[in-house]
Amino acid sequence: MVEDRSWTARTLSTVNYTFMIMLSLLCVLPLIHIWAISLSSNMAVSSGAVTLWPADFTLDAYRYVLGKPDFLRSLGVTTKRVLIGVPINLLLVVLMAYPLSKERNVFPWRTVYAWFTVFTMLVHGGLIPTYMTIRETGIMNSVWALILPGAVPVFSVVLLLNFFRQLPKELEEAAFIDGAGHFTLLFRIIIPLSLPALATITLFSTVGHWNAWFDGMIFMKSPEHYPLQTYLRTIIIELDLTSLGSEDAIRLAENVSERTTRAAQIFLGSLPILLVYPFLQKYFMKGIVMGSVKG
Amino acid sequence: MLLIYHYIPTFGFVIAFQHFIPAKGITGSEWVGWENFSYLIKLPNFYNVIWNTFYISIMKVAAGLVFPIVIALLLNELRSRFVKRSVQTLIYLPHFMSWIILGGIMIDILSPTRGIINQLLAVFGIEPLFFLGSPDMFPYVLVGSDLWKDFGFSTIVYLAALTGINPNLYEAAVIDGANRWKQTVYITLPGMAPVIILMATLSLGQILNAGFEQVFNLYNPAVYETGDIIDTLVYRMGLVQAQYSLATAVGLFKSFVSLILISFSYMLAYRFANYRIF
Repeated sequence: MVEDRSWTARTLSTVNYTFMIMLSLLCVLPLIHIWAISLSSNMAVSSGAVTLWPADFTLDAYRYVLGKPDFLRSLGVTTKRVLIGVPINLLLVVLMAYPLSKERNVFPWRTVYAWFTVFTMLVHGGLIPTYMTIRETGIMNSVWALILPGAVPVFSVVLLLNFFRQLPKELEEAAFIDGAGHFTLLFRIIIPLSLPALATITLFSTVGHWNAWFDGMIFMKSPEHYPLQTYLRTIIIELDLTSLGSEDAIRLAENVSERTTRAAQIFLGSLPILLVYPFLQKYFMKGIVMGSVKG
Repeated sequence: MLLIYHYIPTFGFVIAFQHFIPAKGITGSEWVGWENFSYLIKLPNFYNVIWNTFYISIMKVAAGLVFPIVIALLLNELRSRFVKRSVQTLIYLPHFMSWIILGGIMIDILSPTRGIINQLLAVFGIEPLFFLGSPDMFPYVLVGSDLWKDFGFSTIVYLAALTGINPNLYEAAVIDGANRWKQTVYITLPGMAPVIILMATLSLGQILNAGFEQVFNLYNPAVYETGDIIDTLVYRMGLVQAQYSLATAVGLFKSFVSLILISFSYMLAYRFANYRIF
């Protein structure tokens, strides 16, 4: 690009920088605000003194939240679904994307299978029939109801199969000549070459499992099986004041307002994502670009 | 897995044509033909819900298309790589938060009594606004917060398209005396056109999805009038009031219209952007 040193160009550039920086601040300030509230005392919060930095610093809200059995239990459910669900997702996606990435002369039914897969992305049975199916298959109330229905994320399959297809064909031919079978080819050659795409899919599926709440809400009959986000929903969104028992009332008196504890739980609920985000986002951008913008 | 949890539910739509009673099962329930549908059409709030769905999602699609393009163009003008990367990273962040988290944040900052937004407005002498409780404002709050969550994502896609433009074109344009504005209009925008068309057509297929997760976490009975969408209606009818057949009928209606829209938009995408899914 050619440098343009005129006065207007420099002004425009400054305006642009300012605007961009403001815009990105706009995206994180609400989160910082919540973080500040969660670390402030009830008094400071209700007097409106807290904006972007904690006032009258205290960890009471966090102490209270982390001591709550419900919170820890739902965190456990979520951890379980991430630890079981993500590997299942990855395995099935790889095993599906690999044959679908083959040409039709290698895998004659490819188009049929591919449409069979993509069709599910386009047409849904709807909420009620899905609910009834879950109930009929007897996995209501178990962690499997949160894992099995989404075991094959079709979007990721499509992303990965498009990635597989753009790998050089010569690699495959060379491997076969050296006596490799399909599994050796897949696990020794294709997968090591697909790490950025796989990182993207892992991120998708981890974030998906971490953030999912609706399945937990409808498939789990009792609150003790709720995953974290569903549990957070019950306290953040539903805000049932009648459930404020005596224990909560005492807590309220002890410098922990409902607002600061809620803020603490919002912040804890987003913390894992904030932590993994910077590491994975580099891969992620590469992956999404390769999957969505072909060529 | 796909077979069980996606295909079996698809066949479940037959109950839309039945007077379904769970205890009797699908085979035991009485067939009523189109009765559920005609009952729906007579429901006074049915049209309202359809209107809301279209209104909210068309605004979302429009805003979600134009804004990221502008941001991508502006971002592309920045010379400092550090600022560029940081901005990308930050604007992309809300995309990864669930609507539970974002909903919680929204409820807190938009609260009429103690929210920071209304505190700020008070500084300018504006009366507190009840963003989430006023039917007039609710759809715009939805559009705004949806944009806030997802514009970063689309911006990245457009930015990727921008980096794919051949730099020689710009050099040639500069030699021919084109300024930055002309370069943008005659090189950058045409270069982005395939991706823009692609994004636009693909979002066309999503028009009946006005964003269940978002609306469900932000709405309340006070704003049903303007905020209730098809998916939330299905949820309340089906799982809260247990009118299984009616809810399925609404769902089937939605799937049917969506299928038409999706086929149409994929056709457009194939024709104009030569896009195929696999």
